[in-house]
Amino acid sequence: MDDLIREFINPYHVQVLILLGIFLIAALGLHLITGVTGQLSFGHAAFLSIGAYTAALMNLRLDLPFLACLLAGAVVAALAGVLVGFPSMRLTGDYLGIATLGFAEIVRVVFMNLEITGGARGLAGIPRETNLVTVYVLVILTVWAMYRLNHSRFGRALVAIREDEIAAECMGIKSLWYKVGAFAIGSFCAGLAGGLYAHLLQYLNPADFGFARSFEILCFVVLGGLGSIAGAVLGTTILTIAPEMLRFSAEYRMMMYGVLMVLMMIFRPGGLLGGVDLVASFRLLWSRLRNTATPAGGA
Amino acid sequence: MDLQTFLQQLLNGITLGSVYALIALGYTMVYGIIKLINFAHGDVYMIGAFVGLTAVVLGADVWLALCAAMLACLIVAVSIERVAYRPLRGSTRLAPLISSIGVSIFIQTLVTLIKGPQPVGFPQVVKNTIYTVGPLHISTVQIVILLVAAGLMVTLQLVIRRTKMGKAMRATSEDLHTAGLMGINVNAVISFTFALGAVMAGAGGVLVGMYFNSVFPLMGVMAGLKAFCAAVVGGIGSVPGAVLGGLFLGVAEVLGVAAGFGSYRDAIAFGLLILVLLIRPAGLLGQPQQRKV
Repeated sequence: MDDLIREFINPYHVQVLILLGIFLIAALGLHLITGVTGQLSFGHAAFLSIGAYTAALMNLRLDLPFLACLLAGAVVAALAGVLVGFPSMRLTGDYLGIATLGFAEIVRVVFMNLEITGGARGLAGIPRETNLVTVYVLVILTVWAMYRLNHSRFGRALVAIREDEIAAECMGIKSLWYKVGAFAIGSFCAGLAGGLYAHLLQYLNPADFGFARSFEILCFVVLGGLGSIAGAVLGTTILTIAPEMLRFSAEYRMMMYGVLMVLMMIFRPGGLLGGVDLVASFRLLWSRLRNTATPAGGA
Repeated sequence: MDLQTFLQQLLNGITLGSVYALIALGYTMVYGIIKLINFAHGDVYMIGAFVGLTAVVLGADVWLALCAAMLACLIVAVSIERVAYRPLRGSTRLAPLISSIGVSIFIQTLVTLIKGPQPVGFPQVVKNTIYTVGPLHISTVQIVILLVAAGLMVTLQLVIRRTKMGKAMRATSEDLHTAGLMGINVNAVISFTFALGAVMAGAGGVLVGMYFNSVFPLMGVMAGLKAFCAAVVGGIGSVPGAVLGGLFLGVAEVLGVAAGFGSYRDAIAFGLLILVLLIRPAGLLGQPQQRKV
């Protein structure tokens, strides 16, 4: 299968597409935390790095199969997510965001100093196991899971917390448990993405998971439109592909990227697809089309 | 650590902390008025350092370099507010935040393109004598930093407490819409707030350049984040809080390094941040948020 893909797409494009898939999974995790539940997180890269290092070490030290490594990374990241979720009982809004930022920086510094992760030199020699098919199967699974989640009792409770936490509590929603749950699932996705990232680049460095990466993922979700799965996918795609498309401008590329972010916010402050549920819109469109096709009875 | 080392490190910590405090003031004032975490503020500080450096290279003395940096930062910050934040007034809270990250990326890349990514040394502008006061050693640069920082903070306090514009700022941070209804030109107040914050940050940039003798395009990232932590630790929105938080973090960081946690230097500020937030969610001097139903 891999060889077949290589026949049609050049390796550089394959690499970009795989990275896009990895960021899609991570962004969908943040979509659940920030977009659906409304909890600011400025530290998503920390979960990515926890997943990446766990998966890589499972592979290098314990020689576990690839999928088991991925799962281990995701589970450890989810546990870290639970740890971060608890302060959300006391901290709200920007303060929670700032606390997660602090958490992420601490995680980075710890990875920078630990012996087992190779410290600032980084962790090298991870086998390349991630391929296009695995990544996109996982992307589709994540999108499907997020969609099912959004339309479940659990997902509706999360939306209720986002809209008005006090009112949600009055309706009998134990908001702390739901928020911790959202953090756990969101960071599970990030951990999964981290494991894939480690087995794609074959080298990990704590500097790759600084707050710049956290904000990058946050931008994916916000630019696409908070609370919309299609938005998260679109935002991630645009912002991952844009720097590659802007390569013609060589050293001006990141400048243009910055300007692009400002302009997109000015023209679409709510994000490209803010509050849009693509499936529901299609259903609406479909029913309208059907209604116009068959003239209303009695006419 | 004996008493003498402790006192010496305390002094060094206060020096570093007063620079954090200068930057933190910009974060806290802007947040107090428009509830925006201005991530481009650290980069304004970096621009200040570069403008000061250029002025010194062209032959200016310390005071002229400081003035040039402050003026340049003022212009930059007011333009940023005009272009990237004002059109977003009244939209969701996250929109200006993302916009500020975009501005930050833009400025960092621009300065890297012009000046190159390597750290540049800062020419010695102040004749660096080290005075010995009792058991303590204090250098001329440290004295300049402490004096300038203290002077700026006192001036700021006077501006906020005694002038008409300061009164308008306090009213606007109390309630933006009502302030507008009372005839306050809210846009002018916000521009003025950005300008004040930028002046402080610009001065801070030059002072840090002199102190650590190194200026580079990404210097605003870590300094900005830590200053931001300082603002939150002190209670974001509170001016005395930012000063207290800055000094607290500066002292904690220097003492932490002196106690042998050098490799965890950057984690100290964030660890304290989380600790303070968990114990006092609104910061040391902040007003607790009230949840209204």
